[in-house]
Amino acid sequence: MLFGWSNSTCEAQINGIRLAKKMGAMIDDTSSFCQGMLIEKVLQNKFKTCSLEEIRDKADVLVYWGSDAQDSEPRHLSRFSYFPRGQMRQRGYEEDRLAIAIDVRESNTAKICKGHFYRISPKGDREFIFALMDALSGKVPSYEPKKMLELAAIMKKAEFGAIFVGIGLTYSIKNDFEILVSLADMLPNFNIMPMIGHYNMRGFNEALFRETGFVNRVKFEGGAHDAKYSIVEALRTKSIDALLVVGSDPVSSLPRSLLAHLASIPVICIDPCVTMTSKIATVTIPCAVAGVEAAGTAVRMDGKIIELSKILESNYPSDERILTMFMEAL
Amino acid sequence: MPSVMELYQLLPRTNCKICGESTCMAFAVALLGRKRKIIECTPILSENFKKQKEKLESLLLPSAGAEETGMIVHPELCTGCGNCVVACPVDVANDPKGAAVGHAPTNDKVIFKIVDGKVIASNIRECRRFGKNRVLCYACIDPCPVGAIEFV
Ligand code: SF4
Ligand code: SF4
Ligand code: SF4
Repeated sequence: MLFGWSNSTCEAQINGIRLAKKMGAMIDDTSSFCQGMLIEKVLQNKFKTCSLEEIRDKADVLVYWGSDAQDSEPRHLSRFSYFPRGQMRQRGYEEDRLAIAIDVRESNTAKICKGHFYRISPKGDREFIFALMDALSGKVPSYEPKKMLELAAIMKKAEFGAIFVGIGLTYSIKNDFEILVSLADMLPNFNIMPMIGHYNMRGFNEALFRETGFVNRVKFEGGAHDAKYSIVEALRTKSIDALLVVGSDPVSSLPRSLLAHLASIPVICIDPCVTMTSKIATVTIPCAVAGVEAAGTAVRMDGKIIELSKILESNYPSDERILTMFMEAL
Repeated sequence: MPSVMELYQLLPRTNCKICGESTCMAFAVALLGRKRKIIECTPILSENFKKQKEKLESLLLPSAGAEETGMIVHPELCTGCGNCVVACPVDVANDPKGAAVGHAPTNDKVIFKIVDGKVIASNIRECRRFGKNRVLCYACIDPCPVGAIEFV
């Protein structure tokens, strides 16, 4: 299996997909236990979505849902969502924008949203969505009726709203995005923004989607897409006997129970940093840091392509180059 | 930070009005808010009050680390998110193409900047809490989730 990709440039990702194709290998990325399914829905146009610049210029109601953007995407609020003055939002956050947090704990984002923090119980998102849908359609919801009617009224009045879907929401509704689609259909002025942690997760999802119609969990031999081709399942069922890891640190992010098999098979790791994975890998190939020592492109959470430039010389080759050399050697 | 009562206890408590305030208590409140200076109470300058005056000075000293506006920043708490930089109305007015629209400041006229990942404050006299038309502005305090900006 070829795994990782979220911290690699688009160019390296495309090389990785080519390599997997050539070898008939499985390929998967971190999105298979993160926001992959949400991105798939976005790429299938199931949601109305927009750019971060549009949010900056137009948005008046912001809903951070299961997302602690303040800590996970630390420049999100200051650069794009809550605080900057935008074309149509000239009077600052106090007057022109309203921020709402829906979360199971009072995160730093929720602290900033002060009067508009809706605390829910763990796994309570589904109930919350249904109650909100009731409130939006004029019914009195059984769950927290007063608060839900108040929230529905705010959302109905929005001229340009955004729901920032965090992994908290994704995990809680277990990737059942149909209910989120139904909610979004009731909110024509709202846009859905997938909140992504790694800088180029969406880049990989888009590249694989173009190639296969799926965002992750693909096996090229037979051209199949299945949950069993996810890194988690592949390790759990011990169905892989070698692993190439690029731009990711599965030993840090995967459940411990899966690591025994990972540690027992040959692992090749390509990464600019020393990671837990590079430490146990059979072979580690250090590469240049993209955006510092190597140029390339990346896809932002909203789909915008960002150019990364090289600002320092380095003796290390880029991960893109290393993968090209693999192809030549094969 | 000392309390108003502590400051009041050290004043002459004669309500003589020489300072221009109607009572010593009112003067204590103004002292705490850094709107008045100790020497504006001329009676306290006499030898009899030497000890009280020194005590007052030492009480008001800790916030001398604060700027004249009373602002204290705690870089050790700051995460460098830039919310304050972008939210401060002075930064918006002085850097309409930079800080105002969410970018890093493009000139030195702003109050807040992030340097090496930490907030630093300069041009503090421009702060809306200072000067003749002062207003009680919270635009940099409320956006900071870690309490790295304080006014005393
Ligand atoms: S001048 Fe001093 S003693 Fe007189 S009212 Fe003011 S504070 Fe009190
Ligand atoms: S109080 Fe207002 S004007 Fe003063 S620094 Fe903070 S945001 Fe800027
Ligand atoms: S808002 Fe707070 S944490 Fe963010 S940059 Fe300003 S002082 Fe630092």
